[in-house]
Amino acid sequence: MGSQLQSGDRIVERHRLSTRLWHWLNALLLYILFTSGLGIFNAHPRLYWGQYGANFDRPWLELERFGSWITLPAHYSLAMSRHWHLAAAPVFAFALLAYMVWSLANRHVGRDLAFRRGELAPGHVWQDIKDHARLRFPTGDAALRYNVLQKASYIGVIFVALPLVILTGLTMSPGMNAAWPWLVDLLGGRQSARSIHFIAAFALVAFVAVHLLMVVLAGPINEVRSMITGRYRVPGPRP
Amino acid sequence: MIVGRRALLLGAAATLAGCDRVAQQESVRKALFSAENFHKWAQRSLMARDALAHEFRPDQISPIFRANGTSNPNTPDYKAIWRTGFADWRLRIDGLVARPLALSLAQLRSLPHREQITRHDCVEGWSAIGKWRGVPLKLLLDAAGLRAGARYIVFHCADHMGGGEPYYESIDLIDAFHPQTILAFALNDAPLSVANGAPLRLRVERQLGYKQAKYLMRVEAVDSLAAIGRGKGGYWEDHAGYDWYAGI
Repeated sequence: MGSQLQSGDRIVERHRLSTRLWHWLNALLLYILFTSGLGIFNAHPRLYWGQYGANFDRPWLELERFGSWITLPAHYSLAMSRHWHLAAAPVFAFALLAYMVWSLANRHVGRDLAFRRGELAPGHVWQDIKDHARLRFPTGDAALRYNVLQKASYIGVIFVALPLVILTGLTMSPGMNAAWPWLVDLLGGRQSARSIHFIAAFALVAFVAVHLLMVVLAGPINEVRSMITGRYRVPGPRP
Repeated sequence: MIVGRRALLLGAAATLAGCDRVAQQESVRKALFSAENFHKWAQRSLMARDALAHEFRPDQISPIFRANGTSNPNTPDYKAIWRTGFADWRLRIDGLVARPLALSLAQLRSLPHREQITRHDCVEGWSAIGKWRGVPLKLLLDAAGLRAGARYIVFHCADHMGGGEPYYESIDLIDAFHPQTILAFALNDAPLSVANGAPLRLRVERQLGYKQAKYLMRVEAVDSLAAIGRGKGGYWEDHAGYDWYAGI
């Protein structure tokens, strides 16, 4: 993938400072939260639906412990995994809240992420899926707009998966359950919430995997630079 | 462009090892451990002082209540009180109190009691719902009369965790006087079994399982946790680095 600047290439300011800061903070925090979360999961690697669930009850999922190469710390320590997880979680939650409020206020959501008229028409979505499958990435001005699949995944992550992982995380706490009993009720009980927490965490990992793949395919240097400096080279027409 | 799976694994392992090393630095360790203070402050700000943990319906009780921690203390002293059906056992209430008490199981059973069907949440992640019956701790503390300066209630237990040291836990006065904080002598309408902490165990329903001290021998009012165990207020807090505030 070409990434050298050629004369005549158009450079635009692509990502706002708020987006760039939040992006890299999230990359770090999600890494800490996921790996320390697996360390916590290892203390009881079984998942249940409902209000209760322990060794005598039937799990819907039972796994081996995750290996130390993917857990934080890199040996079994429920206490340290919890310290990492509980220290990172509030920063992560308040950063998301701030980003949501900021992105609504500065119209990032309304302008860049909201679906436009006709975008959700089946034909349009299908065309977008075909373009992705053929790795035909948009060029010129079209590359400066998010396509419908991108919008759906960013909105899904910012407004569904991330809030869900935070809310289910809150209901793991007996203190929060006394403070906000409606939340754990809404999620179907503490063990259901724990299961949803786990599923949402892996949905986020799937998002990150596809996201990284797309960055690599779309030109990693240009994409990563745009997320660090904000400056993005608009891809020219396909040869 | 293709990064090998091996390289990815090595990279992940190296980053995690880096996090491990960072966590060994005193300042980072302190920062990580101080999150407990934020959570305690946030939760206490969000909940009413007497906000109740959810109480369930009888049909929501776990078929089998999984015991946490020690399942049998098995010490000569405990065997001796167990053999007589705890007839010779007395719960001592002392420390910073005006009138130290020593109460038999029969005396405790004759006091006003409270029943509650609550969810026990273990720090490991599992939950079990059970119906507890016991004496509100507030009642006993009021009878003994806390002296000025008392800030924590410490629970001394009969079970020995590794190293031959008896289990101990502590809570502050907010939780000690909470209406659901009881010293329970019955689970699911039967006298407490040995596995679940006979003859008496603490229930402090807005915190995790390791706070629910079993095999209670002595309740002590103190002004500071510094002289208890290694000073962090509980067995797991001292030996494994668990949070003292376990509402998280």
